[in-house]
Formats: sequence, structure tokens, C-alpha cells
Amino acid sequence: MFSSPLYRLNIVDRPLAKGKGEVSLSAFSFLFSELVQYCQTKVSNIGELERRLEDIGAEAKDLEQSNTAEDEYMISDYDLFVNKFISVPKDMGALNCAAFVAGIVKGVLDGAGFRARVTAHFVPVKGQPKPKTTILMKFDGTVLAREHRLPSL
Amino acid sequence: MPAIYALYVINKSGGLIYNKEFVVMASNNLNDTLRLASIWHSLHAIAAQLSPAPGCTGIELLQADTFDLHCFQTLTGTKMLMVVEPNTPDVDILLKDTIYDLYCDFVLKNPFYEVEMPIRCELFDLNLFQTINNVHRRWGLIH
Repeated sequence: MFSSPLYRLNIVDRPLAKGKGEVSLSAFSFLFSELVQYCQTKVSNIGELERRLEDIGAEAKDLEQSNTAEDEYMISDYDLFVNKFISVPKDMGALNCAAFVAGIVKGVLDGAGFRARVTAHFVPVKGQPKPKTTILMKFDGTVLAREHRLPSL
Repeated sequence: MPAIYALYVINKSGGLIYNKEFVVMASNNLNDTLRLASIWHSLHAIAAQLSPAPGCTGIELLQADTFDLHCFQTLTGTKMLMVVEPNTPDVDILLKDTIYDLYCDFVLKNPFYEVEMPIRCELFDLNLFQTINNVHRRWGLIH
């Protein structure tokens, strides 16, 4: 039964099982819940909590707020998976745990050379009990300047 | 006519952490409800020890003239009580499958909920009401 050479190897010498590439929503939700709770113990206000959640997803975090109003992009989701099971208490106001997703978006954009400020907001929808979540990307001035320069090349 | 009157959740130590009534009830008094919760907690524990049946985990159903009280205890000791019209069918399944699922999803996966503390989760309320409404609609209580 254990004649295969693989079984004769010590367990630490065997190759890792490849496993499944997907994770159950429940497992993810519990993990995310713990993550938010952990961040909560480290902060004194809501803005700080959102920034922490952003920082976990983000690589670069030294970006200053851009004053360029023209280049804002948005991604909207009516039922974002990280917010599926989360009820934000009234005293926490406009906290949106999708700040974590905003951090991931920021990490990707920064990595691709598009420096941006990415934030998550709740936007009420008419005729819907739940608000939608909007990920707002505000690009850095340098990115704008570069994009304006490119077509003239 | 089957109907669901109320849902209560009792924590491990016998404190009431959630109460919701789905119909207008005669004595809608919070003190009475708290008393019911802690008395039920004790009776449940005593019954589990006194019961002649081996492996008894406590009272699952109390039948009175005017109501049935179903109790479902989770593995961690949280109890969910449902007060219903006498002889309402399938309440145990509703508690164990549906309501317990809602509790796991919208209470336990909510990072702002502290275990053993009163449940104040908007999404839990919302989904609970939807579920109860669906059940009542199926029974023809509302249209």
C-alpha cells in the first residue's frame, strides 16, 4: 500500500499539495472580520482604521493628496463581497470596510506606475435598502501630466 | 393557523442578547423577556442533568395552551428560542438551518460584533425579517 516512493519520504520532504485555488466566502469573511478587529485595536478613530485597512492592501503609502479634480475614476459594486456580512454601527458613521479593497486597487495602480489616491465610499441608491460601494481613484498630478504629454509624442 | 411570534437569543451565561417580536404581543415588557431568558437558561441546564434520557442536551420544546416554545442550542452554548403558535410545523428545522445560518453570517462574521454582547447588526435584522416574512407568506398569513 505504501510502496510508492512518495510515501517513503518524510512528510517535510514531500512536495506540497497544490490545493484548490479558491477559498470559501465564509472562511474569507471570518478572516477579514478578524483583520478588521485587529486593526480596530490599534487605532483611535475611524479615519485611521480606514487608512490601516488601505495600507494592508497597498504597497506604497507615501502619496500626498492630489488637488487635480479632473481625473477621478470610480468602480462601483452593489454587493461588494467584503461588505456582504458587515453591519457598521451607527457611531462609526461612514466607515466602509471596502477601504481594504481600495488599498488593493491602490497597490495595483501604484505598481503599474499610476500613482493614485484610492478611497472607498458608500453611495445611497434610490429604491435600494443597501447603499452601493464606490472605489474612487484620484490620480496624481504627475500621472495626469504624463498622460497629457503622451498623445503629442 | 401557524405563526411565528418572537425570536430570542440567549448567550452562554444566560443573558438575553437579542429579542425580536414579529407580532404585537400582549406583555411586551423587556424585564419579562430578560426574566424569561435567564429562567429558561437555568431550566435548560437543570433539565439536561435530571433527564432520564441518556445524552440529553436540554429542553427542545415546551408546549403550552397558547404557544409552543422551541429551543435550539448551538455547540458553543448559545440558545435560540422561538415562540410560535401551538403546533406550528418545522420550527426546529427553521431554527437550526435558517436562523442559525443568519446568525453565523450576519452576526459572527461582522467585525463590529463582540461575542456574548447584545446583537445590534442591521443586516441580521433585515435578513431575519425577510426570512420570517417569507415563511409567513408561505403559510398565507400575509400576501
